[in-house]
Order: sequence, then structure tokens, then C-alpha cells
Amino acid sequence: MTDVSYRTIAVVVAALALLPLVLSGNVMVNFLAMAMIVTLAAQGWNILGGFGGQFSFGHAAFFGFGAYTMAILQVRFGVNAWFAIPLAIAAGALVGLFIGVLSFRANLRGSYFALVTLAFAEVFRILVNAWSFAGGAAGILVPINKGAINGQFADQRVFYWFALGCVAIVLFLTAYLLRTRFGAHLIAVRENEDAAMALGANTLKVKLGAIALSGGVTALAGALYTMKFLYLDAKIAFGAWISVEALLGAIVGGLGTVLGPVVGTLALLGLGEVTKHAVTRYTGGTIAGIDLAVFGALLILCVAFAPRGVLGVVDRVRAKYVGSRA
Amino acid sequence: MQTLSLILSAIPNGLMTGAVYALIALGLTLVYGVLHIVNFAHGATLTAAMYAVYVLHAVFRLDPYLSVFLLTPIFFALGYAVQRFVIGPASHGSDNNILLVTLGLAIIIENALLAGFRSDTRSVDVPWNFNVIEVAGLFLPWPKVFAFFASFVVAGLLALLLTTTDMGRAIRAVAKEKTGAELVGINVSHIYAVTFGLGAACLAIAACLLMPTYLVNPRAGDAFVLVAFTIVVLGGMGSIPGALIGGLFIGVVEAVTSILLGESLGQIGIFLIFILVLLVKPTGLFGAKA
Repeated sequence: MTDVSYRTIAVVVAALALLPLVLSGNVMVNFLAMAMIVTLAAQGWNILGGFGGQFSFGHAAFFGFGAYTMAILQVRFGVNAWFAIPLAIAAGALVGLFIGVLSFRANLRGSYFALVTLAFAEVFRILVNAWSFAGGAAGILVPINKGAINGQFADQRVFYWFALGCVAIVLFLTAYLLRTRFGAHLIAVRENEDAAMALGANTLKVKLGAIALSGGVTALAGALYTMKFLYLDAKIAFGAWISVEALLGAIVGGLGTVLGPVVGTLALLGLGEVTKHAVTRYTGGTIAGIDLAVFGALLILCVAFAPRGVLGVVDRVRAKYVGSRA
Repeated sequence: MQTLSLILSAIPNGLMTGAVYALIALGLTLVYGVLHIVNFAHGATLTAAMYAVYVLHAVFRLDPYLSVFLLTPIFFALGYAVQRFVIGPASHGSDNNILLVTLGLAIIIENALLAGFRSDTRSVDVPWNFNVIEVAGLFLPWPKVFAFFASFVVAGLLALLLTTTDMGRAIRAVAKEKTGAELVGINVSHIYAVTFGLGAACLAIAACLLMPTYLVNPRAGDAFVLVAFTIVVLGGMGSIPGALIGGLFIGVVEAVTSILLGESLGQIGIFLIFILVLLVKPTGLFGAKA
């Protein structure tokens, strides 16, 4: 399943890096930056859900832990933003291990696993909402202190390039993992967990590794969110929106493919913007929730007609007209 | 011991809320028992039914308790159609796909409601809203007492349907052994859709019972959905008595923890039970081995 070469990844990243130079304007750069944050979350989801076959409905738990670790370390402990990022990733990985140890040891699979992750995200949301140290229901505000040394860039394009750099690292890491024994075992777990176990793969260890990695990557997305917006509350950080967008980005792009989350998230958020724009154009106002309703429809359409996402469709078209690459 | 008397007075309230929880959980557990999937659109369907009650009252001045006779068949038909023509064909028989499709449906319904009704909270005002009944020194709101008994009646009817009718036998046959049921000539996709329709019909009834005392906004169902999941898991996926007892239990737990920990943390108790049951005994109290 080494479905993509390092060179292809490099080309995609380079193309994305050039985008803000071609498409100017704050709106565009902000859109791209947000897309990179969601892409990271989707990549995190994809490691566990796409390659490992464990569908989580509660990735907000990891996103929230990353975002809040980043904010609390800066606000309450005066830690520099750049030092806070690795700690946020570690926090996400630990939460992943925690949830993983509890649920995988209890042998939860399928809808049970989806439910328990959802419940964990909700518990964290309620707890953080009531925790005054983390700002409680009013949320937490990172004081503005512009300067690259504080991770607050005057030029939003620099933030975008930094976020893209994080995405690139995770892409290469994922592509590398698929070439290792761990990656092969993870895919074996997805295809048939009992068979993988029978053939000597330590499935529990593989799943724990995947959820820790997934949690860390998604926490990085949360940390970048704090870096960009400098404000958080429990509803944003632990809200269902990020669980849904992470899952959708991976599924729309192509479940269990390295580049799927990038393609899927850009397509998804792009479609959301276009929908909102079209609504404003034709009705003269805004309709709350219309973009999300489109996302829901897209999810069903993808499952029904394009189970391997946008990349799967691209492959099919290419196989038809150009001949298969394999 | 003022706390103790407070807790004691919370119990009847919890039991009454719990009965409606049980009714919501019944639909969920029925669908799980037969299709072996978790319907993530359950909460959103409940919200849609609550809005239907609201609209019927706001536009036609229809009493919520009379709406039952209109909405139950409508929601049965909707549930039937959604399973037969959307969920079934779209998911290609894979459990993970069904999960995703129902999640997609939930997102669509919730946001369509948000687009149509905005995020304002709405309620139904009926003259008997604030009537109370005095039982052993406690004043109980009468819509809640009514909902309590109505939930039991509905659960009883459902159990009767499952045990005495041909349709019920077919549903139980499909739940037990899908392939075998197919071999003896039962139309499995029809039975799946009927089950889904029954689940949606339960929600329509629950919505009619809830609306006099609850408020509705596009996310109202969310509050109920995890509670319903907890009940279903606690009672055992697919078990009707499990859903009833689980519902009552969870209602009481919520009422008591709200008093001890305050309203905002009240639901924590429920989620902790949920996670605990899933981890320790995923088959629940009354569930068969998966």
C-alpha cells in the first residue's frame, strides 16, 4: 500500500506553497491557513480511521487537548509558543493512549468505538467548560504579542507556510510509516483484525501506536488553531464540528490514502465557501448551517458512489482514459 | 439533612424524565437489535419531530397530544423510506458505511433545521402546561406525569407488536438470524425499513410528549442522543426491558447529579456511566452476547 511516492508529496506541497503568491488577498490566505489546520486534523483521523479502520467520532478530544494545552501553557505558565507546540502534541498523544488503552483493551470495535470516542469528547467539553483555570465558559484569550518569536506573525502568509510545513512533515511521516512493518500491521488490522492477530501481529500494540500518533497529529492541528485565532472556548475546541470535518476531509479525499486528507479538506472547505457565496448571491442574505448541510450530503454521496473518495475517482478516470498505472 | 430531602424529591422528577428517555432509547435499541448498527441520526430525527409538533401547534393550533395521531404514521413512513432508499443502498452492506451515512443524515437534518428555523429556541404553550398533581406531598407537573405513563403504554404496545404479530415475529427472526430469515422467504430489506420506521415513530411520540415541557432548537436532539446511547448500552443493545429500566435509572442519575454538582455538570454522571459500561460490560445488563 505504498500508494504515493515521496516525490509526488513534494510536488503537492510545493504547489500549495506557491498558492498565496498566485492568489492574493487576506480572505484567500485565511481560507488556506484554516484549510491546513483542518487538513492536519483529517490526517490525524486518517491514520487511525483510514489505515487502521477504527472510526472515531470524537477527534475533537485530541484537537481540544492540543488547543487548550497551547493556550494554557502560554497564558498561565508564560511558556513560549514554540515550546508549547511539542508539549501540545505530547498531550494529544497521551490522551490518545489513554482512550486507546481503555477502549481497545475492552475490545471495542465499530460503532462501539465510535460511540466511546464521542462520549470522551463530550466529557472533556463539559469539564473544560466548567474549569475556571482554563477560562471556563467564557473561554481563554492568548494576549496579543506580535512577533515571530511568540508564534504570532504579522503576515498571515507566514503562518500558512508554517502550517503547510507541519502538513508536509506529517505527509512524509505517513508515507514513511506505510513502508514500515508498523504500517503493514496497521492495514492488516483494518482488513481483518482476527487474521492479523493469528498471523502474529500484536494488534493491540499496533492500534495503540496508531491512536497515539493520530492524537498527536490532531493535537498539533488544535495547537495551530490557538496560534492563529488566539482565542478558544470549550465549544470551539471540543465541538463536534472538528470531529466531523476531520472525518469528512479524510473520507471525501480518499480513505486510507496519504494525500486524501489534503485533497478532501481543500475540496470540502472550498465547496463550503462556494455554497455560502452562492447563497449570499441568490438570496441576498446568509443561511446559517447551509455549508454543513452540504457536507452531510457529500458524506452520504461519497459513501454511496465514491467509497475511495476524490482520489479514487481520479484513479478510475485515469485508468479508463490513460491506462492503469499499476 | 436538607440535601437528602432534596435528593429524595429529585427522584420522582428523574423517573418521569427517564420514562421519556426510555421511549427515545426504545427506538434506538430496536434498530440496533435488528440492523446491528447505531443510528447516529436518531437525535436529529427527534429534533425534527419536535419541530413538527411546534409547527403544527403554531400554524394549526393543534394540541401536541393530538399531533401524535398525525406524526406517528408520518414519521414511520419517513423512517421506512430513509432506510429503504437511502441508508440501505448507500451503505453497500458495510457497518462502517451505515455509521457514516446516518452521521451524514444527522448533519443534514440538523443544519436544514438551523437554516429553516434559525437557532432561536421555541416552545409550545398550552393552557395545561403548568398544572400540577399532588402525590404524597410532592407537586408533580402533569405533562410529565402523563409522559411517564404514556411511555410505558407505548413500550407495552411495542412489545406486544413484537411478540404477537406476524410482522413482529419476522422482525425478531431477522434480528436473530438474517440469512435464515431470508431463506424462509422474509423480505429482509423490507423488515429493516419497517424497524427503522418503528424507531422513527417512537421518536414522533416522544416529541409530542416532550414538547409541552421542553424547548426546541436545532440542536435539542443532541442532548438526548448521548443519553439514549447510554441507556441502550446500559440496558444491553437490542433489549426492550433493558431500555426501560436503563431509561428510568439514567433519568434518576441525571436528576441527582444535577442537584449535587449543579446543572452544567449534571450530564457528566451520564457520560461516565456510559464510558464505564462500554469498557467494563459492553453487552450491558440485559444484552445478549454480541
